[in-house]
Amino acid sequence: MPMLTAKFLEDFQSVFFTGENWKYLANGFKITIQVTFFAFLIGLVFGIILAVIRVAHKDLKPSWRNPSGFLLNLLNKIANIYITVIRGTPTTIQLLIMFNVILISLDNLPLVAILTFGLNSAAYMAEIFRSGIQAVSKGEKEAARSLGLNYLQSMRHVVLPQAFRNCLPAFGNEVITLFKETSISGFIGLIDLTRGANILVSNTFKAAPPYFAAAMIYLIVVYGLEHLFNFIEKRYLHA
Amino acid sequence: MLKVNKLYKDFGDLKVLKNVNLEIKSGEKVVVVGPSGSGKSTLLRCLNLLEQPTSGEIFFEDQEITKPKIDLNLIREQMGMVFQQFNLFSNLNVLDNLILAPLKRDKLKKQEAEERAYNLLNRIDLADKANAYPRQLSGGQQQRIAIIRAMMMDPKVLLFDEPTSALDPEMVGEVLDLMTELAESGMTMIVVSHEMGFAKQVANRIMFMDEGQIVEESYNPADFFENPKEIRTQQFLSKVL
Ligand SMILES: Nc1ncnc2c1ncn2[C@@H]1O[C@H](COP(=O)(O)OP(=O)(O)OP(=O)(O)O)[C@@H](O)[C@H]1O
Ligand SMILES: [Mg+2]
Repeated sequence: MPMLTAKFLEDFQSVFFTGENWKYLANGFKITIQVTFFAFLIGLVFGIILAVIRVAHKDLKPSWRNPSGFLLNLLNKIANIYITVIRGTPTTIQLLIMFNVILISLDNLPLVAILTFGLNSAAYMAEIFRSGIQAVSKGEKEAARSLGLNYLQSMRHVVLPQAFRNCLPAFGNEVITLFKETSISGFIGLIDLTRGANILVSNTFKAAPPYFAAAMIYLIVVYGLEHLFNFIEKRYLHA
Repeated sequence: MLKVNKLYKDFGDLKVLKNVNLEIKSGEKVVVVGPSGSGKSTLLRCLNLLEQPTSGEIFFEDQEITKPKIDLNLIREQMGMVFQQFNLFSNLNVLDNLILAPLKRDKLKKQEAEERAYNLLNRIDLADKANAYPRQLSGGQQQRIAIIRAMMMDPKVLLFDEPTSALDPEMVGEVLDLMTELAESGMTMIVVSHEMGFAKQVANRIMFMDEGQIVEESYNPADFFENPKEIRTQQFLSKVL
């Protein structure tokens, strides 16, 4: 065992402190964080929109006969199909389709990844948010309407802020899932943390140090995110 | 001010309101009693169209509000509602609970709304709670704030759905006192409540509902409780009192 450890440390040193090898992980990490962050923003905004469409459709039961009802019905249909398709297919396939088909003319790899993961996450966030909205007390929604606030006003000022709070723990989990899922970015040639580690392995013929180092970085970030969300949740609940 | 013609309300196969007719004049204080499930809440909720009636007409200030194309929000603004469960907005503090609707409905400017809010808070001795959140308040305090929240819109009528039945007994008094004060100031009120003392003291009319109909009505609440005419009323009162 001590022998093994000594060997590992030696390999570790030779892998990371030869030339600028460590930069593969550092730059990869930067990409991973970037992709996660912007994908999360897209997922959040688009997910809320999808959720509001679905909840509004359920609450308002619009008729196909008037223009705004028609629009809401149509949007709801599209939202349902979208969510079904995204949740029913592997993210890797979605990434490959975006890269090779839909965004073929876009030669910005991080952007392709951001859009793919963002649009993917939106479908999951929509479901999280929808249950968060439905958990808001029916009485408060009615009180808002009884004061003359219209549907969107009651959503905006009463329902959504509470839904947001209800969803915080689930959002935390979604960010963590998203963060780890970006490790498939290598499929389209984007050099993220995982792919960076992979390149190091093929350059140095030593597998353990790069992979363990990458795993460690993922783990530390996940741990940090968990604490961050716990903290936000506590702050928010006691505000 | 309010007139209801042949009002019916079904929930699927369940017929909840069956031909309700009533007329309420400005300044009246009407108390509605009746067994659980008789449709009292449903009637109130139809009046401000939180429920869409199945058929029948409702007139508010001579305007038919059950017609299509009516601006419901404009109607609801003028009819305050107070709920059994208070239903203060739990994400907002007391002051924001009070000023949200007047601001968003463009009824008052921010400064006017705050002034009005503090005036009302002072009236109920809760000005020091302006920045508190609903969960930090007792049930009685929450309900009194819910009442002045409805008052913020300067409504023409207030609908109360069992405003004291979710309260601990020691808090019932403060809420009834506020309601009595409002009644004395001339507010038109429709109150679903089994508080007999309040009914006797404040109501000018009392209605008994059973199985979706108004079975008995009296302009003399004390007499109503002592000498109910209908058998169903007698049975009900003998159980409640
Ligand atoms: N949204 C709804 N969907 C289906 N049924 C409903 C709905 N709201 C009320 N009901 C039913 O209508 C009937 C009358 O209900 P309502 O709440 O008006 O009675 P109530 O007289 O207010 O009773 P309580 O004294 O218990 O409050 C009940 O049988 C109730 O279950
Ligand atoms: Mg009721």
